[in-house]
Amino acid sequence: MNGALVPIQNCTVDMIRIKCPYCGERDHSEFTYGGDASIKYPALDASESEWTKAIFFRENIRGMQKETWHHTNGCRLWLEVERSTITHEIKSVKACHPQIEKITKHK
Amino acid sequence: MTSVRKEKYGKINRDKVLGFTWDNKEYFGYEGDSLASALLANNIKIVGRSFKYHRPRGVMSCGVEESGALVTIGSGSKADPNVRATTQELYSGLIAKGQNAFPNVNYDFGGINNYLSRFFAAGFYYKTFMGLPPFEWGKGTGIWMIFEKIIRKAAGMGKASREPDPDNYEHANDFCDLLVVGSGPAGIAAAQEAVNKKLDVILIEQDSLLGGNNLSEAEFDASLLQNQLESSGIRVMSRTTAFGVYDNTVVGALERVTDHIPNPNSKLPRQRFWTIRAKHIILASGALERHVAFNNNDIPGVMTVNASRHYLNRYGILTGNNIVITTNNDSVYQTALELQEAGSKVTILDSRKNINLDLPKEIDVHLNTLPFSINGRKKIEGLDVCKATDKNNKNTIICDQVLISGGWSPIVNLVSHRGIKPIWNQENLCFVPGDIKENITVVGSAKGIWNKNDCVKSGLVGANEAMNTLGIHKKEISFPSVGGWLNPIDTLFEVKSNKFPSKSFVDFQHDVTAEDVRLAHREGFISVEHLKRYTTLGMANDQGKMGNIIGLSLMAEQLDKTIPEVGTTVFRPPYTPVPIGALTGRNVGKHFRPLRVTPMHQWNIDHGAKMIEVGLYQRPWYYPKKNETLSDSYIRETTIVRKTVGICDVTSLGKIAIQGPDATELVNRIYTNPFAKLPIGKARYGIMLRDDGMVMDDGTSWRLGENEYFMTTSTAAAAKVMSWLEELLQTRWTDLKVNVTSVSEQWAGTSIAGPKSRDVLNECVLDSNEISNQNLPFMGVLQTKLKDGTPCRVVRISFSGELAYEMYIESDYAHGMMDILWESAKKYDGCLYGLEALGALRVEKGHVTAAELDGRVTIDDAGLGKMASTKKSYIGSAMRKRGVLNADDREMLVGFFPINEKETFNAGTIVCEKNNIQGQGIGRITSVTHSPELGHWIGIGYVNGGLDSWKDVTLVGADPVRNKQMEIKVVSPHMIDPEGKRMYA
Repeated sequence: MNGALVPIQNCTVDMIRIKCPYCGERDHSEFTYGGDASIKYPALDASESEWTKAIFFRENIRGMQKETWHHTNGCRLWLEVERSTITHEIKSVKACHPQIEKITKHK
Repeated sequence: MTSVRKEKYGKINRDKVLGFTWDNKEYFGYEGDSLASALLANNIKIVGRSFKYHRPRGVMSCGVEESGALVTIGSGSKADPNVRATTQELYSGLIAKGQNAFPNVNYDFGGINNYLSRFFAAGFYYKTFMGLPPFEWGKGTGIWMIFEKIIRKAAGMGKASREPDPDNYEHANDFCDLLVVGSGPAGIAAAQEAVNKKLDVILIEQDSLLGGNNLSEAEFDASLLQNQLESSGIRVMSRTTAFGVYDNTVVGALERVTDHIPNPNSKLPRQRFWTIRAKHIILASGALERHVAFNNNDIPGVMTVNASRHYLNRYGILTGNNIVITTNNDSVYQTALELQEAGSKVTILDSRKNINLDLPKEIDVHLNTLPFSINGRKKIEGLDVCKATDKNNKNTIICDQVLISGGWSPIVNLVSHRGIKPIWNQENLCFVPGDIKENITVVGSAKGIWNKNDCVKSGLVGANEAMNTLGIHKKEISFPSVGGWLNPIDTLFEVKSNKFPSKSFVDFQHDVTAEDVRLAHREGFISVEHLKRYTTLGMANDQGKMGNIIGLSLMAEQLDKTIPEVGTTVFRPPYTPVPIGALTGRNVGKHFRPLRVTPMHQWNIDHGAKMIEVGLYQRPWYYPKKNETLSDSYIRETTIVRKTVGICDVTSLGKIAIQGPDATELVNRIYTNPFAKLPIGKARYGIMLRDDGMVMDDGTSWRLGENEYFMTTSTAAAAKVMSWLEELLQTRWTDLKVNVTSVSEQWAGTSIAGPKSRDVLNECVLDSNEISNQNLPFMGVLQTKLKDGTPCRVVRISFSGELAYEMYIESDYAHGMMDILWESAKKYDGCLYGLEALGALRVEKGHVTAAELDGRVTIDDAGLGKMASTKKSYIGSAMRKRGVLNADDREMLVGFFPINEKETFNAGTIVCEKNNIQGQGIGRITSVTHSPELGHWIGIGYVNGGLDSWKDVTLVGADPVRNKQMEIKVVSPHMIDPEGKRMYA
């Protein structure tokens, strides 16, 4: 059976608001957390050790970190968010794609 | 205690009489009454029985801290247990019952527990768990298991209904500049100041009336205040409790919308769960009066002093005839005067030796005097008192009510939710909020400021702080100082009696006594967190609102430490109970999760489909003929597909349009097999890996044009693959000129499978010779038209292993497509088939789905290693052979047959060697079916080392869940037509 687990709608108090550069400020429940935005993924033909480093080794940051969020239930943009892991304060949000970033910057 | 309604007192509406039922008897109250005040007005003394000892309890407060009057409201599925009668507004027809008592709270058989109380001290449960000595000493809990049910029945509070909750709840959101919690003097001052400075202000009040402690004053007019506030532009939310403060100045609040209305409109929610995002929060949550622990300090008739003043001036009830007030602070004297004026005889016992106050001459004030023990069982008959300096000489004062004030505790709960530890203030014997670095300001008595004028001032300072943080202006004003009584408070938490066993309650709700705290100390549970869990101090409905500080002080005394050295437990949300229903909101029943149906959903049902849920989708499961079971039906469907033709709805597959000059490059990078040279008009089956080299999903991509592909994914991974492609294109490969669009909803898909499928299709398309082996070879794609002229896409692809096609059409035309296909298929004795037959067909062929591609397997494990290109790099190519993923004994896809062909097995069966049936075995069966063609059950799954290692070995399939074992053998997963002759026909 192709049964997929379905996430139950978040029913707790939503605390994080993300200013999507395309849609405006929205609840984090519209977004899906991606991962570490500071990772530079190697070329596809790079060595196993380079890929291992990129996939498995992560800094466990206490403070501001760059992370990706996907506006899954919105414009579907992947965003680079600077967020404090201590307070959830969000310092900046921008589109990951450089050209989309240029277009949406002054929106 | 004799409580009576007094003429001319109170803010109740005497023109509106409300009838209600208490323990099956009818009574009357007035509009504006709480259930507690209405019970008091009817002179009902006993309203509850305590948790463990079943001691009679009366109304002890007039607010959320209530520990005595916990009752059940409503009946049947609407029954709501453990409601504080003090906060329940009276309405006409209200039905309330006492709880934890049999037959009722007045005469309760459970009351015998009171006399057995020495067996039920703190830690009773834990000790009983150790076994009954001497029989079970050290052996555990056999006898406990028997008695557990009885004990659980005897202890406790109200019973929740076992029926589904009939009420509606909803979630709501709001925003504001300033959120003020609490409408007492400080909160009102803050809100008014802020709205005057043009801030958008929300004021939250848990009570139905605004005013906070102002409501205890005779001349205060709550509705006048409400009008003033609302006309000034403040958004007032009464009957709303701010139950938690969260990150980024977010407040969670619960609004009771219809809990005070007799027959509410069924379209209204019972309660609303608010998420309010403020730029600044002012907490004016007030303070609660504490009691003092002394013997029998819980007899009905005991109340906090301030509560009595509220009952007099808000509800017009004089709570006693002959009242003794015991205190260690200045806050009681105004109340004493008012009670005396209203007609009671009032005596004050003040623990302090001398005080500097203008004492009213009409009132007996005994200084240096302590309450020692209350006489009486179901009602107060007198109070034994002693001198603070000489506890051996006791006097008895005849009285019918004892009002206690042991000092005040600021409500620091909401600040504590932010992880800010409260700080002990020795001068005022209370915790005050610690330093706050967020946009939150605490004002009024919640900050430990007692004097009303100072509270108002602190509200103004709070509003000023809000304006500073919001950048409206920069001004420094300092807060009035903490405290404000003329005479210092006296340290008085407990009046101990060493001579005879006493019941001095610290936490009324869970029957925790001062002796329990000392027992915990003797047995080594001295940390406050251990104390809490061992004695259950502060764990009840009120979460230690009244008793916690007394408990801490008693532990501090035992440890010979100060209260701040002992510390306090952390307050967590919610401040008052929040029903699960409110948390769930509308996400119940059909709204629990979205329902997805395919465009031919109704067509499928009209043609007899039984449906099954697959993820969010409703898909046809099987199409039973008369009297057919599931198993009859799918075996028939499978047989017909192999013999003639069958039609199946496959719309739930994910569909993605890939367009742009770099479309080929993208497809070639994400699939393991080569796509760079795929000609236009051809499709290819492909496998995608994750970055770490494990299989992510399988599917097909069809090349429709130079720069255009149509990708299908598995049903389960549709959303994941879409997000993944977007991530790659937006974060990693930003130079690729290609766009991906989910078109899952735009296209309806159906599979036409079986030896006669080509004949069927030719009858359905415009040109009846179009579908030939030459024109549409295996994996060929054709964009054509149905015979009614509707454009459609046909791909020759096979999941069943037969000659088969998939046809896609714009969703709006799905019914038409099905009609045309079915009309033709019927002529060839074809059938409609569902998911069960689809599964049987693909298991016979050893085709994998999400059950096999479960995220733990490599492409080699799945037997698809040949599809991994060695000539190109793609996602996962660097990692797929790393370390253990390359080991020879990794699990590999195989088929399974039962040795005895009559036996059946289930998915999830663990494959073991015959003499070693344990643990995870050597493999697992992932999918099973009856194979009509082979005539027995078959399965596919994984076994370590694959077919080569276990060929001709008898293994055991163990199914511990169903307590079943059977002999099985390993075969090739391609159980039917391994060369694919039928598919290529």
